[in-house]
Amino acid sequence: MSQKQEEENPAEETGEEKQDTQEKEGLLPERAEEAKLKAKYPSLGQKPGGSDFLMKRLQKGVWGIVSYPLSLEPKGVLGMKSVEQKYFDSGDYNMAKAKMKNKQLPSAGPDKNLVTGDHIPTPQDLPQRKSSLVTSKLAG
Amino acid sequence: CCCGRELFSWRLHSDIISTVEFNYSGDLLATGDKGGRVVIFQREQENKSRPHSRGEYNVYSTFQSHEPEFDYLKSLEIEEKINKIRWLPQQNAAHFLLSTNDKTIKLWKISERDKRAEGYNLKDEDGRLRDPFRITALRVPILKPMDLMVEASPRRIFANAHTYHINSISVNSDHETYLSADDLRINLWHLEITDRSFNIVDIKPANMEELTEVITAAEFHPHQCNVFVYSSSKGTIRLCDMRSSALCDRHSKFFEEPEDPSSRSFFSEIISSISDVKFSHSGRYMMTRDYLSVKVWDLNMESRPVETHQVHEYLRSKLCSLYENDCIFDKFECCWNGSDSAIMTGSYNNFFRMFDRDTRRDVTLEASRESSKPRASLKPRKVCTGGKRKKDEISVDSLDFNKKILHTAWHPADNVIAVAATNNLYIFQDKIN
Repeated sequence: MSQKQEEENPAEETGEEKQDTQEKEGLLPERAEEAKLKAKYPSLGQKPGGSDFLMKRLQKGVWGIVSYPLSLEPKGVLGMKSVEQKYFDSGDYNMAKAKMKNKQLPSAGPDKNLVTGDHIPTPQDLPQRKSSLVTSKLAG
Repeated sequence: CCCGRELFSWRLHSDIISTVEFNYSGDLLATGDKGGRVVIFQREQENKSRPHSRGEYNVYSTFQSHEPEFDYLKSLEIEEKINKIRWLPQQNAAHFLLSTNDKTIKLWKISERDKRAEGYNLKDEDGRLRDPFRITALRVPILKPMDLMVEASPRRIFANAHTYHINSISVNSDHETYLSADDLRINLWHLEITDRSFNIVDIKPANMEELTEVITAAEFHPHQCNVFVYSSSKGTIRLCDMRSSALCDRHSKFFEEPEDPSSRSFFSEIISSISDVKFSHSGRYMMTRDYLSVKVWDLNMESRPVETHQVHEYLRSKLCSLYENDCIFDKFECCWNGSDSAIMTGSYNNFFRMFDRDTRRDVTLEASRESSKPRASLKPRKVCTGGKRKKDEISVDSLDFNKKILHTAWHPADNVIAVAATNNLYIFQDKIN
């Protein structure tokens, strides 16, 4: 429960007013947290729910990775931040996917590293599509 | 209903579980994960020779529902993560469910095959074609029993209807239509028709600079096929009636709890954002989950909720760091039990909370292998907020915010619950005395 302290004299010195607000912040944990955040990031804007914020969220799609710009420094270790990677085109995307597959399967064949345009691909060269994992009750 | 919970089973998934849903009878439990896979568990029938296996959920079917795709226009990847699974009511021997990722909804048919035809005329047992000149007699193929095989096949693909990311799907009580909602729009589909859908809600402003809120969840009323609700990032819920107009931009009811302006802070709007909305089975109430609490609303009263349950109020003094590590944006789900007498939602440190609405008691339990042994009762947990920490209490500062329970489900009739903790699925059930 927060107590509203009436300002008895509206023409009071700013120094005493500041003390007043500090006391109010101490009573509300949320306000104290807000003060902490603003102390860390002075350039933080006032309204987090602004249209810039929401529009970024729409583009990225995941609520968790859109936070009001705090600083240019990368996020901490705990953050669930997923890097939104833009690809130049679908070829770029497929190359990135192939590289990821390469890292996961070190025993993959040499043809996975082919540069596009070097030769005309045949069906055998193309990466296999992940097959559906329809298993019978006896499997495994 | 809150006491005497024991661990029934846990399963390790290969990926982070992103949705959990029981079907209408509770015999099947579907989970979707970040890799686009769906795993369905089936409850074992009562077996007198093995009384301890009663009610165990074992793997019934596994299939790849969605694959990663590439959005050519935006040069971005479309994640294969399953955002939601919703079952259709069972109408024949097969089971149907809808699964969705950010952009595409699919209707899957899961059917059993336990017979195989033998004695074909034109091919022999390995499937090789027989030489027609060698066929001298005709025989009728016989159906022979075979080991049960469960097959999943995609029957409908509902694509290209959402510019933004799909956050909800909900099957209508008419069993013919369903809705899908993204950040700014809600579409109405017919289960048989994939090439078009009706847009029933559109909150996209003409000028995107005027955007102030987004849709966070949507659900059809369990009995009234013309009514649905959607929640927003500003903590409001709108109830719409499809009989009033084709485009439901104007709501029939508007639910919002008045806020004390003196307590407003930078975080107020963020923590008021509703991450889940669920109707009660009765259809009289609905429940909303925001960052710190669960609220129960009476559909007849728009001015404020009838119940507010604090999930982890101790986090209010940690909002600064929760904002910095993005946890403040975590989307927790909530669920009702079959009789609407209890509600459940997840928290951090693999904790989940259950509230008994009748007795007003609540309990904090933990879903982890270290703390649960099969057939042993779960011990209630307590988070210590003050200075003196009692034995067995956990202090707020030692909570693991990476271990979040976002998805939980309650069996529609029995006291069986499914809790997803990252890539572990836990199933708990009431102790049988």
